[in-house]
Order: sequence, then C-alpha cells, then structure tokens
Amino acid sequence: MVEIRIYLRNPAAVGFTLAFPLMMLVLFASVFHGKVKGTDIDYSQVFVAGIIGSSIMSVSFVGLATGIVVDRDAGVLRRLATTPVPRSAYFIGKMISSLALAFLGTVVCMIAGAVLFGLDLPTSPGRWITFVWVLVLGVGAATAMAVVVGGRITSPKSAPAVVNLPFVALQFVSGVFVPPDQLPKGLYQAAGIFPLRWIGQGMRSVFLPDAFQQVEPTGSWQHPMVALVLAGWIVFGLVAARLTFRWFDRH
Amino acid sequence: MAVIEVDRLVKRYGDKIAVDGASLRVEAGEIVALLGPNGAGKSTMVNVMTGFLDRNGGEVHVLGEDPAHADRDWRDRVGVVMQDISVVGELTVRESLTHFATFYRAPRDVAELITAVGLDDKAGVRASRLSGGQRRRLDVAMGLIGRPELVFLDEPTTGFDPEVRRQFWQLIETIRDDGASVLLTTHYLEEAEALADRAVVLSGGKVVAEGPPSSLGGRDVEPSVVHWTEHGEARSVSTDTPTSTIVELARRFGGEVPDLVVARPSLEDVYLRLIGAEHVAHGGVE
Repeated sequence: MVEIRIYLRNPAAVGFTLAFPLMMLVLFASVFHGKVKGTDIDYSQVFVAGIIGSSIMSVSFVGLATGIVVDRDAGVLRRLATTPVPRSAYFIGKMISSLALAFLGTVVCMIAGAVLFGLDLPTSPGRWITFVWVLVLGVGAATAMAVVVGGRITSPKSAPAVVNLPFVALQFVSGVFVPPDQLPKGLYQAAGIFPLRWIGQGMRSVFLPDAFQQVEPTGSWQHPMVALVLAGWIVFGLVAARLTFRWFDRH
Repeated sequence: MAVIEVDRLVKRYGDKIAVDGASLRVEAGEIVALLGPNGAGKSTMVNVMTGFLDRNGGEVHVLGEDPAHADRDWRDRVGVVMQDISVVGELTVRESLTHFATFYRAPRDVAELITAVGLDDKAGVRASRLSGGQRRRLDVAMGLIGRPELVFLDEPTTGFDPEVRRQFWQLIETIRDDGASVLLTTHYLEEAEALADRAVVLSGGKVVAEGPPSSLGGRDVEPSVVHWTEHGEARSVSTDTPTSTIVELARRFGGEVPDLVVARPSLEDVYLRLIGAEHVAHGGVE
C-alpha cells in the first residue's frame, strides 16, 4: 500500500505510465477505421483490446523498471538492505502494487474504449475470468521483465531510454499498434518470446468476438499457450532476480 | 564483551589500497569515534562492518558474526546511518518511520523518535521537501527506528547547525544510556570529544593512534603553554608546571598578568600532528 501511495505522489510517473496508453488508444483507434478482413469487427476495437493489454505492460514494466533504477540510485535499496526485511519482500510489494495499478490502468482504458469507441464489454463470466487471469499473469510476467532489465541498469538517466525502447518496439511487433494479421508472420512469432504478444492476445480474447480468432495467426485464442508463456516469464524473472539483480556494488 | 572486533582488515579498490591492516575493537556500551581525513578509509571500514562491501583480508566480527554473511536476526540488531543511504522522497517523515518500524521486532516509538531528532513540525512533510539537515536527521531516525544494539553513524551531523548538533549529541547519549554501542565517524573533533569514550585515528588506511580523546596521542602528558603580554609583546612558554609559572609571573607583575592564557594541547593539535603535515598543507582538516 505504501508503494501505491509513493507512485500516486509522483505525477510524472502516473502521467507517463497511465496516460501514455490512453493517449495511444485515442490516437490509434481514431485514426484507423474499417472492418477487419472477413469479419464484422472494427479495427478500432482491435486497437482498444491490444492497448488494454499494453497498459499492463506500461505500468508493470516501464513504471517498475524505472522505479527500481531510481530506488537503487537514491539509496532506497541500500536502506532496505540494512533492515531485517527479506529481499523478496521488495519484489512482492512491487508486484502487488503493480497489480493494483495495472488494474486501474486497464479499467481506465476499458472505460475510454467503451465510451469513445463503442467497445463491447463482455457479459459472460467466462470472459471476465479470462480477463482476471490474463491481468494477473500479465502483471507477473511484465514485473519479471522489469526486474531483469531494471536490475541491470545502473544510471537513472539512461533508464527511460533503455526501458522505453524495447517497450515501443514490442508494441509494434506484438500486434498492439499493428493488428496481427498485417504483421510479417516471422516477426509476430519472434515477438512470442516476450510477454506482450500474449497479454495482447489474451485481452483480445476477452474483448473481441470469437469470430476474430480466424485473424489470429494460429486461428485460435491459444489460451493454454498464453498462460504457459506468461507463467514461464514469471519463473524466469524469479530466477534471474536471484542471480543477476544488483542491490548495490559489493566490490 | 566486544560488539565489534576487526583484526588487520585489508580492502583494495583495484590496485589502490583503502584499508591497510587496520584493527578496531568496540566494547558493549561504548561510543567509539573513527577519525581521519577524507580518503583515510573510514567509510570503507564502516561499509565492510555493515556487510555492504567484501574485504580482501583480515577478520571482522560484528555482534559475534561475520557481516559478509549477515542474516535477518543480525540486521534486526544493527542500525546504519550512512551518507548514500536514503529514504523515498514521496513519503512523509512519519510515513517513512511508521513503515520501517514494521520491519523490526521491537521498534522505537515513532512519535518519540521524531521528537528526539527534532522533526516534530516536519512530521507530515514529504522527505523530498526537507532541507539537507532535516533530511539527515530523518536518516538518523531511520537508523535508530529498530532499537538497535549497535549503531553505525557515518558522519551523521554533516550539515547540522550547532544547536541541532548539540541536540543530536544528547540523542546519542540517550541511546547509549539504553545500552546500545555506537561507532561514529566524524570530521568534527569537538563531536568526538563530546561523545566518544575512545577515538581511533585513521590515516592512509592505517590506525595511527587510539585512546580516550582526553589522552589521545599523549595529549594528557604534553606540556602546557602559558601565554601573556609583556612590554606590549606577546610572550609564551611551554611548561610541565604551569601553576608555578603563573605564580612566578604574578610575582613579577605584582598582581594581574596581562592577557594570561594557559593552553593544553587541543584535540585538533594532536589530530593534525597524527594525520601528518601533508593533510594540513592541502587545506587542513575536513
């Protein structure tokens, strides 16, 4: 809870990580129109669903990775290391606050999508259950990526660049800014190494009609694969944090 | 019982040697001041003793354990105040302390601690909006919140004004009265003199002297200097028996001796001699 309070008192962080997806949502969904080939689905809906997924990444990856770097630079990590608190508590705290903020972010995008672009909010409980597990696993995977990346960056000056570069690139190749059917197949598959493609795919399965599945390269929502890759990232992140995370320089 | 035992500690950064075989011992309930110019190895020693730096040689035991393998129980018993350890700027003084108090088994009372460091009227202010000296006092409070048995204070009063520094000295006395031991590094000799039971002087990574501030470097057995003015001229004489010198002067002047001063060698005189003339030539003590 302390983490969330810290975040909300930093207007720059709030503005950037929450407002950025919202701006992208409005821009992309306004500019691109027309129906997705072979379906009755509007492109704007595809963007809205994708950007809802992307907002998870914005809070949990961009926000968190930058936060870790700032915490290290300001001596907050050293301060924590002087206390009897186990190191894992820091990550658990970050993960819980990420979850709350990502939930906030997705709700904001959802409301904007519904009000501005006629996004149909799902009515079946099954879809909301999907929303919850994609959100939880997505936050976990993005947090894992933040720990891996943020754990290695030493200067807060370089953090925004190092963090945003992969994020923007991933949004393009993972089917957020460019619908998956219009991406080169190999590129989209390559993007499957990272969590964002699967978060996006999961969110499309929540907000788009099942008819859209034919546009997905494999012809299905691939729920088991979404869960598997995101869970895999969580495990990878935990191991990497244990092995490579730099609390402070010991030498 | 010793709370700190450092035996011939060696720490190198690359090919530069920062601590060169320094030994140190702090008994339970003692306040020990580590003195020395910048670059003498004070902070490096504190970093090794608090488990933040690996060492290249020597034995280190703090509260009976090697700090390189410090566990959570050990952290519960040790308080650390260092220059480069900070707090989250977005939290207020009270929030920071309340949050960190939950990390310890038997924390101090937050309100009492805020009063003790003189931050009562800043308790609701975010750390990022405190002045440098206020921030430093918050750092000190953060180091004391866990009611530690042993406190490391790395230059705790840098940036304090004299009044706040005196308040801080009282706070440290209170902590010692509670039974805690303190290792303090400082640039301020009057701080070491006011607080420390013992001072250890470090120069070039080596211990060059240690003892109570009153007798450090043979200060107590050095001759006194008697100053006075005679025929409009400043005069002085170095003597082991200043009282008889004064009696003789009084007889000569038939009463009051003009501008009479008896000076014992100050801690600063002794310190400057101990750390060597090259530091004096390069701009004096820091």
